Amino acid sequence: MTKGKLERRHVAEAFVKGLMYLSIALVAGSLALILLTVLTRGFPALSWEMVSKPPQGGYYMGKGGGVLNAIIGSLYLAAGGTLTALVLGFPIALYLETYLGDSPWGRYVRLSLDVLWGIPSIVYGAFGFTLMLAIGLRASLLAGIIVLALLELPIMVRAMDEVIRRMPVDLEQAALALGSTKLEVAVRVVTRQMLPGIITAILLGFGRGIGDAASVLFTAGYTDRITTSLLRPTASLPLAVFFQLASPFPEVQKRGYASALILTIIVLVISLGSRWISGRLSKYTVK
Amino acid sequence: MEGSQKNETGSFATAEGRADYGPSAAARIRADHNAKGAFSILAVFPVILIAIITIAMILRSWPILGSKPLIETLFGDVWKPQDGRFGFWPFLAGTAWVTAVGLGLAVVPCVLTALYLSEYSNSITRAVAKPVLDLLAAIPPVVYGVWGLLAVVPFVELVLAPFARRWLRAIPVFAVNQPTGFSILAGGIVLAVMVAPFIIAVLYEILDTVPEELRHASLAVGATRWQTIRGVVIPKVLPGMVAGIVLGGSRALGETIAVLMVVGNVVQVPTSVFDAAYPLPALIANNYGDMMSIPLYDAALLGGALVLLVVILVFNAISTLVLQRLLGRRWT
Amino acid sequence: MNSADMNSDVARGNMAIPTLESRGPAVGADPHIQVRNVNAFYGKVQALANINLEIPRRQLTVIMGPSGCGKSTLLKTFNRFLELTDGARVSGEILVDGRDIYAREVDETEVRKRVGLLAQRPSPLPMSIYDNVAYGMHVHRMKRSRKEYKEAVRHYLEIAGLWEEVRLRLHDPATSLSIGQQQRLCLARGLAVEPEIILGDEPTSALDPISALNIESRLLDLKRVYTTVIVTHTLRQAKRLADHVIYMYLGEVIEAGPAREVFSNPKHERTRAYLDGQF
Repeated sequence: MTKGKLERRHVAEAFVKGLMYLSIALVAGSLALILLTVLTRGFPALSWEMVSKPPQGGYYMGKGGGVLNAIIGSLYLAAGGTLTALVLGFPIALYLETYLGDSPWGRYVRLSLDVLWGIPSIVYGAFGFTLMLAIGLRASLLAGIIVLALLELPIMVRAMDEVIRRMPVDLEQAALALGSTKLEVAVRVVTRQMLPGIITAILLGFGRGIGDAASVLFTAGYTDRITTSLLRPTASLPLAVFFQLASPFPEVQKRGYASALILTIIVLVISLGSRWISGRLSKYTVK
Repeated sequence: MEGSQKNETGSFATAEGRADYGPSAAARIRADHNAKGAFSILAVFPVILIAIITIAMILRSWPILGSKPLIETLFGDVWKPQDGRFGFWPFLAGTAWVTAVGLGLAVVPCVLTALYLSEYSNSITRAVAKPVLDLLAAIPPVVYGVWGLLAVVPFVELVLAPFARRWLRAIPVFAVNQPTGFSILAGGIVLAVMVAPFIIAVLYEILDTVPEELRHASLAVGATRWQTIRGVVIPKVLPGMVAGIVLGGSRALGETIAVLMVVGNVVQVPTSVFDAAYPLPALIANNYGDMMSIPLYDAALLGGALVLLVVILVFNAISTLVLQRLLGRRWT
Repeated sequence: MNSADMNSDVARGNMAIPTLESRGPAVGADPHIQVRNVNAFYGKVQALANINLEIPRRQLTVIMGPSGCGKSTLLKTFNRFLELTDGARVSGEILVDGRDIYAREVDETEVRKRVGLLAQRPSPLPMSIYDNVAYGMHVHRMKRSRKEYKEAVRHYLEIAGLWEEVRLRLHDPATSLSIGQQQRLCLARGLAVEPEIILGDEPTSALDPISALNIESRLLDLKRVYTTVIVTHTLRQAKRLADHVIYMYLGEVIEAGPAREVFSNPKHERTRAYLDGQF
């Protein structure tokens, strides 16, 4: 039994395991490298001014100001888009589980959602652009919200559907047995069970919406002013990063890195926060 | 018994049979029906949306689809919008090169990582891995672009290119023809890291469908874990793994911003991974500003978006169907 | 004659499989497995407490007891399968032919080659009938030519009593077999790597009665060559099969001894209660 671990098959396994460790190191190392790079290059240029003021005159040539316009713009865009996607998506998810189940229609809808999920944001942006031209909407916060809502919809429905599916059937049966109609079961019982899942879906969508550039490129425009109206163009953080990096002035580029850092921090907070919240809330759910 | 048949909502309540419960029962059931009607319209929305998007893109790019034979447009390599010449070939080639490099770099590490998580690791390791992968997936593309600019491009320029110039001179694909690090290789590296969390997650899901008993059956006759992986696990789910990788590829195809920032954006048909290129999404993103000022330009750019859409739809639909069949349900 | 010689005699078809008449002597002589001070834990929960026992060579030992008493856990310590469960720990020694299989330098895949396991639910590998039986032999590179593999596959299918039924469709997928046939296939697959010990974790409880009896008669035939340890939760099956009996309750061994003695004259209160059908 101690034939020794030098048999060919054991050596082969050891070799493969070594490659596996290397791969993991590569993946984890990339994350570390990305965060480190953004932190070390962005932090020096980060200042209170950056997050508290919009660009002043000549900002892109090195003069004063910050990216408050972009921060607020992104928050509006993501909030509006996520809210719209939630209002649209929640009924869809409920309907899917409650009425459609595994019927042929249910499968078509799910397949469509999967396909929509895979469409890149640049195509959504291009589509949003054609939509805008068709209805005469100019580059604006509203247009950006609409496109983001479309982008986030499949993500959110999928996340919510996932949670509903996991719901124990007994819960539903018990409520039905007590005399509720399907609608009532859906609204009261299912919703409560789904609460952590809904919150996760919201945060997932929000994180996507705040970080995406390709879709808002066409549709939300850009401005150096702080957003005040739905029908005017709005700034966004990703585009702010982009434009600052395109400047030939090193000070502006550095501020671009800092803006990237701000965006990263926001996204990290959302990502880690959603884990924490769903962890806390799942004590109200039945497994 | 009269009035005790279940109606379609699954409850025994009927307005007549339960008069003592008052009108609320009837009202509730009506609300149920109304909701069902309203919701069903909403539920069909995703299906309709795909159709709307596709039709809209076709309509907007119609002028350019019809003006010349499609083959000439797709495979022509002259791109001079001012002269009305729209040959897409450099952009199609650029997209293909970057995606191929990105996918090629990602496949092996992703497969190995997914295998490790599924076959070797314990639950603690997996619990640590999940947040790491989720974080990688959550990082916005523009931040990947910044990382690409700050870390990957210099790496290509100062480490990989000299290496290739010295040792790989004989291989045309690795020829170094330009001095900067803005290249397909840089784009591929960034893409690889971007799609990695997705591919790993899908592959892991697929591996998870293999019942533990099957692994036990192999281990029970004294096979090593790796022998079990090769002989039992992978053969069982190979189609699914391929589908997952293809799906990752279609995600890489559409990634715009991060690649745009590191790939050089030079209109040419690439011949080496160290060449700069101009992928289709980058074309659309970079030039949307000029779209309305040159005739047919908007149709051309949206035509490019249409090409992207069609290719991605085809790959997505096929892979998703394969995965759905294997996983028995929708995958996350 | 040691067990290795007996194995190859049977393998060459030289030896008639002895009948049921003579049941073996008490363990004392030359135990195949010795368990010393074994404790097993799933995380913080203790599944086995202070197990000390011996498994007699070339007899059929039955581990019986109410559900949850640790029978399967104990069985899985014999082929080092317990450690496959996340968080499971084993302490103590388990000696097979005098050597501790949990010693540091021991290769657990070799242990599993020598100690085979027949699981409760048949799990044919996703390949043909032929490939299933040949699988283990390929893993350990036990034969040298295609011809040798073919002969061995036939031989083990015969021993498992499956040959006649599958000889014309060896390359059909194994999943096309009935569940009773699949279990016999798993038996053939396990025997093909030439173990010395066969473990059975309730090997018939997923089968219909006819297939179950079939497997039982296979095991009875084989026990003369292979030391066999079966876990069962049916008292009747224990009485049908056992030469040697181990009764467990709540993770401890309550009583162990030759079947005759334990069934007719149990020494412990609990054993008596179990045999009387109290639980």
